[in-house]
Amino acid sequence: MWGTSDRTSAPQAEVFFVGYGKRDRMAIENLKCKECGSTYDLGAHFACENCFGPLEVAYDYSRLDPGETKRKIQAGSQGIWRYADFLPFEGRPGDPLEPGLTPMVRADRLADRLGLEAELLIKNDAANPTHSFKDRVVAVAVAKAQELGFETVACASTGNLANAVAAHAAAAGLRSYVFVPSNLEEQKLLATGVYGTNLVGVRGNYDDVNRLCTQLAETRPWAFVNVNLRPYYAEGSKTLAYETAEQLGWELPDRVVCPIASGSLFTKVGRGFQEWLDIGLVAGEQPVFNGAQALGCSPVATAFAEGWDVCKPQRPETIAKSLAIGDPADGPYAVEQARRTGGAIDSVTDAEIRDGIRLLAETTGIFTETAGGVTIGVLAKLAERGDIAAGERVVVYITGEGLKTLDATRDRFRMHEIDPDLDSFEAEFREEVAV
Amino acid sequence: MPVTVKIPTQLRAATDGEAELEVSGATVGEVLDAVFETHGTLRDRITQDGDLRRFVNVYVGGEDIRFQDGLATEIDDGAEVTILPAVAGG
Repeated sequence: MWGTSDRTSAPQAEVFFVGYGKRDRMAIENLKCKECGSTYDLGAHFACENCFGPLEVAYDYSRLDPGETKRKIQAGSQGIWRYADFLPFEGRPGDPLEPGLTPMVRADRLADRLGLEAELLIKNDAANPTHSFKDRVVAVAVAKAQELGFETVACASTGNLANAVAAHAAAAGLRSYVFVPSNLEEQKLLATGVYGTNLVGVRGNYDDVNRLCTQLAETRPWAFVNVNLRPYYAEGSKTLAYETAEQLGWELPDRVVCPIASGSLFTKVGRGFQEWLDIGLVAGEQPVFNGAQALGCSPVATAFAEGWDVCKPQRPETIAKSLAIGDPADGPYAVEQARRTGGAIDSVTDAEIRDGIRLLAETTGIFTETAGGVTIGVLAKLAERGDIAAGERVVVYITGEGLKTLDATRDRFRMHEIDPDLDSFEAEFREEVAV
Repeated sequence: MPVTVKIPTQLRAATDGEAELEVSGATVGEVLDAVFETHGTLRDRITQDGDLRRFVNVYVGGEDIRFQDGLATEIDDGAEVTILPAVAGG
């Protein structure tokens, strides 16, 4: 049974950092408030004491030579640590469960079905160790937790993060606590509990879980990856941008379509592109950013449509539970980014989400969870609206695996049940056989 | 009527390290005004132009006041008001 469990003895933490000398000096500088610019030391802080704004990691990339950096990346590990120069560490991180370098595949048949003459590419981040993009942020947060000396990691999760925290903590030999809404999909609960974490089902929605964890972060000496380590954790999403550019031959796409829950992934992909533009690793300009939300939890899409600078919180009611954050922390920044790049943030119904899952599976062989159905649903909407021009290079981020939300595919197809003989088969498939 | 206001760590420099304050007030707005009377530096940290800053969340009995009546949300005697940064999660 996967109820609340307790593990009394924490295993000895392994440390994956290696020392660094003058040649390996990292670019990380401090934590800086995104609202008022106040700076803080590189500890477990996440909110500004002056204005409550979110803290973000600041770097000094002035020592990075673009040519040398590019060679270093290409000679690096086969995962996100190849981008360590752009990640929030004072030493070089390692990880026994390194995520990243997930496939980017052309989706010509999907483009045809949508009537697009664009170059459509699917970045399949379900191909990470625990089958979602959350492995990127958690690998960074867990490595940072070790660098800061924490022995316990924790999180507030809509499911994918739960899987990732439990797995990466197990791999690193850290104790973990995972807090989720108790009504989460069974697959996500099972795929969390298996790693031996302390799984806590909270009777409430994600925003209730998040509030509880924010309060717990004040009283427990734990690294809550998406609370007190959030500035570092969020940096892991930049690796999705770096990989996109590298897999496109050190070029940027014209447009990206990306799901939005808290808005962190959406904004950090933008930051990743901007960093590489600034230091000259890529040329051109930021892609157009299209955000995707489920209609049943669309505070960011609503703020975009209404022209608001803040997101009005919403009580989620959608099958896309991994995007069901009614009070999105980075929502205002996601809205700004969509506006700045000439993009948009749209939402789709649960029926469109199911259609999106089916369409992606049928045309690419990629089975995504409900969040991916949201993203494909919004892509279809953009195609129908004529927003995507012929010849555009469009990257669509698929952030999670379909096996995690099997209910969304139920009753979407029929199984042919036959007796074990030829007559029975031919009776069932008479038309096809005749052709 | 007495109300307990829970202060997050980020603001405790302005309350001499106090994690809880006891004040009186019938609405969230009145309670916060009472807090600002004794801890004046908190006003600019929590509010801007008379409203809550966009990354400040306030809860009454665990319920976000944006789902109630905002600063006009009424408070029962002995209730607990919690101030938290809105930048966690996701």
